Amino acid sequence: MNTNTKILPLEFEYYEPENLDEALELLSRFKERARIIAGGTDLLVKMKRELLKPEVLISLSRISNLKYIDEGEGSLRIGAGTPLSEIENNPTVERSYSALFEAVRSMAAPAIRNMGTIGGNLANASPACDTAPPLLVYGSSLKIKSKGNERVVPLEEFFLGPGITVLSPEELIAEIQISQSEPPKGSAFLKLGRVSADIAKINVAVYLKREGKRCSCCRIAFGSVAPTPLRIYQAEKMAEGEIFEEQVIKKVALECQKQIKPIDDVRSSKDYRVWVSAILAEEALKAAWLRSEGSL
Amino acid sequence: MRDKLINLKINGKKYQITVKSNTLLLNLLRELGYTDPKYGCGIGECGACSVLLDGQLTLSCLTLAISCDNKEVITAAGLSEKDQLHPLAQSLIEHAAIQCGFCTPGMIIAGKSLLDKNPNPTEEDVRQYLRGNLCRCTGYAPIVEAVLDQARKSKS
Repeated sequence: MNTNTKILPLEFEYYEPENLDEALELLSRFKERARIIAGGTDLLVKMKRELLKPEVLISLSRISNLKYIDEGEGSLRIGAGTPLSEIENNPTVERSYSALFEAVRSMAAPAIRNMGTIGGNLANASPACDTAPPLLVYGSSLKIKSKGNERVVPLEEFFLGPGITVLSPEELIAEIQISQSEPPKGSAFLKLGRVSADIAKINVAVYLKREGKRCSCCRIAFGSVAPTPLRIYQAEKMAEGEIFEEQVIKKVALECQKQIKPIDDVRSSKDYRVWVSAILAEEALKAAWLRSEGSL
Repeated sequence: MRDKLINLKINGKKYQITVKSNTLLLNLLRELGYTDPKYGCGIGECGACSVLLDGQLTLSCLTLAISCDNKEVITAAGLSEKDQLHPLAQSLIEHAAIQCGFCTPGMIIAGKSLLDKNPNPTEEDVRQYLRGNLCRCTGYAPIVEAVLDQARKSKS
């Protein structure tokens, strides 16, 4: 592997379309010869290491109508080109989408969050992707566009493996669509890394809906424990309809631990990930419950 | 296109220069003599190459020069006025927050970016904001103190 990260070894053709249609036109022209560049914080690292050698880069940086956060009734539409720092600084996200807020906050460092976009984070499809677990538990969908075509894909169906998604070479993510039910509800995101700016050894997001003392809806998603970010349905089912108390929370957390299938890699070991998964799940479940104004 | 004539303002000076598609902003800056941003890791983990790009804290080693047409870059040196160091740079000196100095330009840019956004940061704010800037000498305490002290001074 080439480890000279000082330069980009290969030249490429560079396009900076002013609008989305132009970008889609270019994508349909160059197909797999082209890559989309948004923030570049993942892509350029891969190109420096010659893991990717695109002949053409199509930049989204000048397409202003990919950068927005639109609020609706219990819903949020985020343009795929929105920098992570804008999401972090959005008052609605901070107030009502705690798991997403905490996930973005936990990512890398301010400079990277100014550069990196939410669409890029998803399209990069790292198993350790921080925005995926929260977006999974909110039941998000992606609006995916190609020239003359548009489809909406649930995020759960988007990831196929490390770096692999359902996107065809002619498609790009245009929008992230999030909806939430009415309160009382709560969400939380937790992550373990070696130091604060690190990529996750393991991360988890929880979304809960409360009805009195019972949990009426529970969604749990982990990152860094499988080839893709993962919902843990079996554990979720064990929480739903139950009076949400210590014993139930422990049971659900242990089920998460049973369901995940992590591996050993540079950032952590399988054993450690399995060990901490139950603890993280328990803490995230409790945090989300307290945010739904449930008592423990 | 594989190269492009771009207009770029660096520390107040205007340039019109042809860059190749694969030229990184960091390398362009250094070739033009702006050697304060440093190549550290090249993968976005150390912050030594930090600059302000149109006022935004940005890593120049992960920025394509060709994408900077009609933009403005400010490096740490560009914050000084004539022979007068930027107060934050002065504060780093006063707090012995510089040893080998390699991380310092990045620290100054990141610290200035923080103080622009948040003139009254807590210690935790400073540590969070500077967490992408690695220093292998000082142990960070004097750097954090220098930024906090500068915030206090500019208030009074």
